[in-house]
Amino acid sequence: MAGTVFLPPRHYLNEEYGIASWLLTRDHKRIALLYLAGVTFFFFIGGAFAVLIRLELATPVGDLVSDETYNKLFTMHGVTMVFFFLIPAIPSVLGNFLIPIMIGAKDLAFPKLNLASWYIYLIGGLFTTYAIVTGGLDTGWTFYTPFSTVSSTTKVIPAALGIFITGFSSILTGLNFIVTIHRMRAPGLTWFRLPLFIWSHYATSLIMVLGTPVIAITLLLVAAERVFHFGFFDPALGGDPVLFQHLFWFYSHPAVYIMILPAMGVVSELVAAFCRKPVFGYRFVAFASLAIAVLGFLVWGHHMFVAGQSVYAALIFSILSFLVAIPSAVKVFNWTATMYKGSVAWETPMLYAIGFIGLFTIGGLTGLFLAAIGLDVHVTDTYFIIAHFHYIMVGGTIMAYLGGLHYWWPKISGRLYNEWLAKFSALVIFLGFNLTFFPQFVLGYLGMPRRYHAYPAEFQVLNVLSSAGASILGVGYLIPMAYLMWSLRYGHVAGSNPWGAVGLEWNTTSPPPTENFAETPVVTWDAYDYHAPAASQT
Amino acid sequence: MAGRVDALYFFLIGIAVFFSLLIAGLIVFYAVKYRRRAPAEIGADIHGSLLLEIGWSGIPLLITMVIFVWGASVFFAMARPPDDALNIYVVGKQWMWKFQHLDGQREIDELHVPLGRPVKLTMTSEDVIHDFFVPAFRVKADVLPGRYTTVWFEPTVPGRYHLFCAEYCGTKHSGMIGQVVVMEPSEYQTWLSGGAPEGSLASAGAKLFADLACNTCHRPDAQGRGPVLEGLFGKSVLLQNGETVVVDEAYVRESILTPSAKITSGFQPIMPTFQGLVTEEQLLELVEYIKSLQGLPQVPPR
Amino acid sequence: MTDTLHPALARQFDSLEQQTEAATLGMWVFLVTEVLFFGGLFVTYAVYRAFYPAAFAAASHELDLVLGATNTAVLITSSLTMALAVHAAQLGQRRPLLIFLVLTMLLGTVFLGIKAVEYYHKFAEHHVPGAAFQFEKEYARHAQIFFSLYFIMTGLHALHMVIGIGVLLVMLFWSWRGTITVEYSSPIEISGLYWHFVDIVWIFLFPLLYLIGRHA
Repeated sequence: MAGTVFLPPRHYLNEEYGIASWLLTRDHKRIALLYLAGVTFFFFIGGAFAVLIRLELATPVGDLVSDETYNKLFTMHGVTMVFFFLIPAIPSVLGNFLIPIMIGAKDLAFPKLNLASWYIYLIGGLFTTYAIVTGGLDTGWTFYTPFSTVSSTTKVIPAALGIFITGFSSILTGLNFIVTIHRMRAPGLTWFRLPLFIWSHYATSLIMVLGTPVIAITLLLVAAERVFHFGFFDPALGGDPVLFQHLFWFYSHPAVYIMILPAMGVVSELVAAFCRKPVFGYRFVAFASLAIAVLGFLVWGHHMFVAGQSVYAALIFSILSFLVAIPSAVKVFNWTATMYKGSVAWETPMLYAIGFIGLFTIGGLTGLFLAAIGLDVHVTDTYFIIAHFHYIMVGGTIMAYLGGLHYWWPKISGRLYNEWLAKFSALVIFLGFNLTFFPQFVLGYLGMPRRYHAYPAEFQVLNVLSSAGASILGVGYLIPMAYLMWSLRYGHVAGSNPWGAVGLEWNTTSPPPTENFAETPVVTWDAYDYHAPAASQT
Repeated sequence: MAGRVDALYFFLIGIAVFFSLLIAGLIVFYAVKYRRRAPAEIGADIHGSLLLEIGWSGIPLLITMVIFVWGASVFFAMARPPDDALNIYVVGKQWMWKFQHLDGQREIDELHVPLGRPVKLTMTSEDVIHDFFVPAFRVKADVLPGRYTTVWFEPTVPGRYHLFCAEYCGTKHSGMIGQVVVMEPSEYQTWLSGGAPEGSLASAGAKLFADLACNTCHRPDAQGRGPVLEGLFGKSVLLQNGETVVVDEAYVRESILTPSAKITSGFQPIMPTFQGLVTEEQLLELVEYIKSLQGLPQVPPR
Repeated sequence: MTDTLHPALARQFDSLEQQTEAATLGMWVFLVTEVLFFGGLFVTYAVYRAFYPAAFAAASHELDLVLGATNTAVLITSSLTMALAVHAAQLGQRRPLLIFLVLTMLLGTVFLGIKAVEYYHKFAEHHVPGAAFQFEKEYARHAQIFFSLYFIMTGLHALHMVIGIGVLLVMLFWSWRGTITVEYSSPIEISGLYWHFVDIVWIFLFPLLYLIGRHA
């Protein structure tokens, strides 16, 4: 590994210089970096809102900001994080960069569409940023009616339009991935030789393509109702507010699987690489991804157990929600079993992967609490729910995203980052995260409702713990920004395979050439085959 | 009921703790035991085990099905108020809770109830979606505009309990809070007789029924152009389109606001709509009045 | 294995065949997303029709059945001309291809013209939802929901038609320029897929909106 590593003279970053070569690029790797800039920007915006929320909640009275402002803070935190960070991050950054390389292709099926997807994401982001900057949005990221269509006096229409537009970025990315994976695999690369990262992104793309159009039309109807007073969701005009909830959650539940499946794909790669072993139960993990995608479309009503659905509908959604937990559990067991008799390295990406497995397990298990209707009645709309989804999205998705960024950073940039700072940050993030969100489970069970600006004094201690954790977590997120940027200039040269891992991406230079491979690879080995000499040619 | 919810909760805590510790323990154990000892070392050539896959799919499936049945059973109990429950009406609006007791007592943000008997709340909203949440009783239900929703509970310990609105409803959502005050039955009686100047809900409804001229078409002698309402509440009626429907609070409310939606068989669709002419609270009064006609004999239809 | 590089072959593909398969799959996936997009509207329609059948029937009777049926015939014919255009492209027949593309676009424009007339009638009869809406008092509130759905669904459909005509304009230009050949007829086929889809959406819209409760 050490010794004769060098930067290739020609690669995708120095192929061409200048702003136009970036803004008009067709190269999936450059587009991935354009997305990296975009999602990072929105992550910090959403993070800033989170800081203000936790600062306010350190005291029981609403003394930092007004109630109107607070309602905007949690709304905009949710909107920016869900639609502009969590949904695009792993697929549009890591997926875009890696999918063609992992399947031995020169690019995605539709490179111009890929660039268009980025511009669509930006334009949607622009609309939403405009809404934020010119007064904000206070409907909650869930836009429940009739509050959002009739009562709210904030910038609902530009925000809804922004999300509508960005949704097309998601749809087109998913379309691109599906066609690419079907039609552009290298010779010999059959479906069951694909890395699990590809399986996860394929399943994610199915959800993106099928689910996103529904929220698109739903938000369009909300905007139309606000402008023209149509009456679809306003009972005063004959409409049904629960219909809105059905339409909204029909997408927004599968959306959470858009957020977690790519993360699971990353974790499969990390565990295999840092145990130098195939993922245990490969086919089961692959099919589990598909099962999650399919079942994920059938459970949306579990967000509405107290919304006034019929008892029978509630029962069906409950039992299906338990079923959708099983494939996720199967994955967790398989990852754990992968570590048995592996050669386990404790490098930063593996720390993030292990963190993911632990925190996702806790988050997922609390999902069982919520699928049990009788219990959900008590904890829904409280901090228990907030803790549940942050365990999965932050303890899960963001940990996996950081793990993946660290693992593939050498491939993307050609450089290594500072391992000690990286390990330190991972630890800070892990501790800060748990201190922030674990107390919220207790708060929720004790009865503290969500979206509350002020709360009864008896909830203060747990809130202070949570806010303290948030400050630690915030610092933890800033450190990687610093050392990753620093490494671009001063980091050690990585070489094509610094981890000694198996995967097509490690068979090309770091950074790769624009066309990804000098010659199209011909694949004769299974995924993660550490015992096949052909698999890992450096 | 709260006890049943807590029992399920603690069972789930047990499961969660067990599996979390199991996974965390195994991961840490393997990470230490199998840590890489040489730079070129690779892991064992193990691919999977069908037996394990069946095991760790099947056992979680069994466990989740147990949880499902348990949760469903608690939910059934929550969804079925006892027949002898004390009815109280709730109207939520931005940002306060209005309570109406049958005998006319009105409260805002504070609800007095007696110990030891089930209470059923029939709720609606005047504007946006709210949610009635009393953590101590483990009850919660959305309060919807345009519809009635219900919760029920049976207080067992006297005291004051937090009431929260648990569905974000705008600016003062976190201020839409109050208390449920549980009193000994004798104290409750004293409180109840403390004042209801306007009379009971049903009597207010009777007055409204006359003021709005409902009685010109809905006559007890079956000579009017509309169906007889005496003894009607709680019965099934045949509609023009052949369906049957039970006359409950929701049906009465709908019939006043959107009469053309469900026409009783044998009658003309001539009832005017009262949309915009009655408030939610007035609707509750009318509902209570029609309920109060329950005990009267029903005149057979023409 | 390609002997020479076809001028239309994009750099990320190994062969024209792979490119054609990818483009076709891409269009099918896109059409599936469109099904879901319109699907949300169809669900909303189904819910409100189930809630308010009498009002919906009354409102539906106010739509012009003759114009609607004519439009249906126009669109079906345009799908025929589109299919003939695809056939001509596959056989390398440039002139028929150009003629059928023009006919398809013409029929599409006729459709939009008739739609515009219908919208104008609705405006004149005060059936456009909003402050000026007028309908028999008994059904007014729910008829307004019907008309809201009518305008949004047919409006979205019309937007897709406009885009379709735009796509065919580009195809016309490519056909005229000689870019479309026997080996490279897939752009016409793929445009045809889109055009047929837009037609099928109308085949569903027409009975649902125009034919409620109209017995022969």
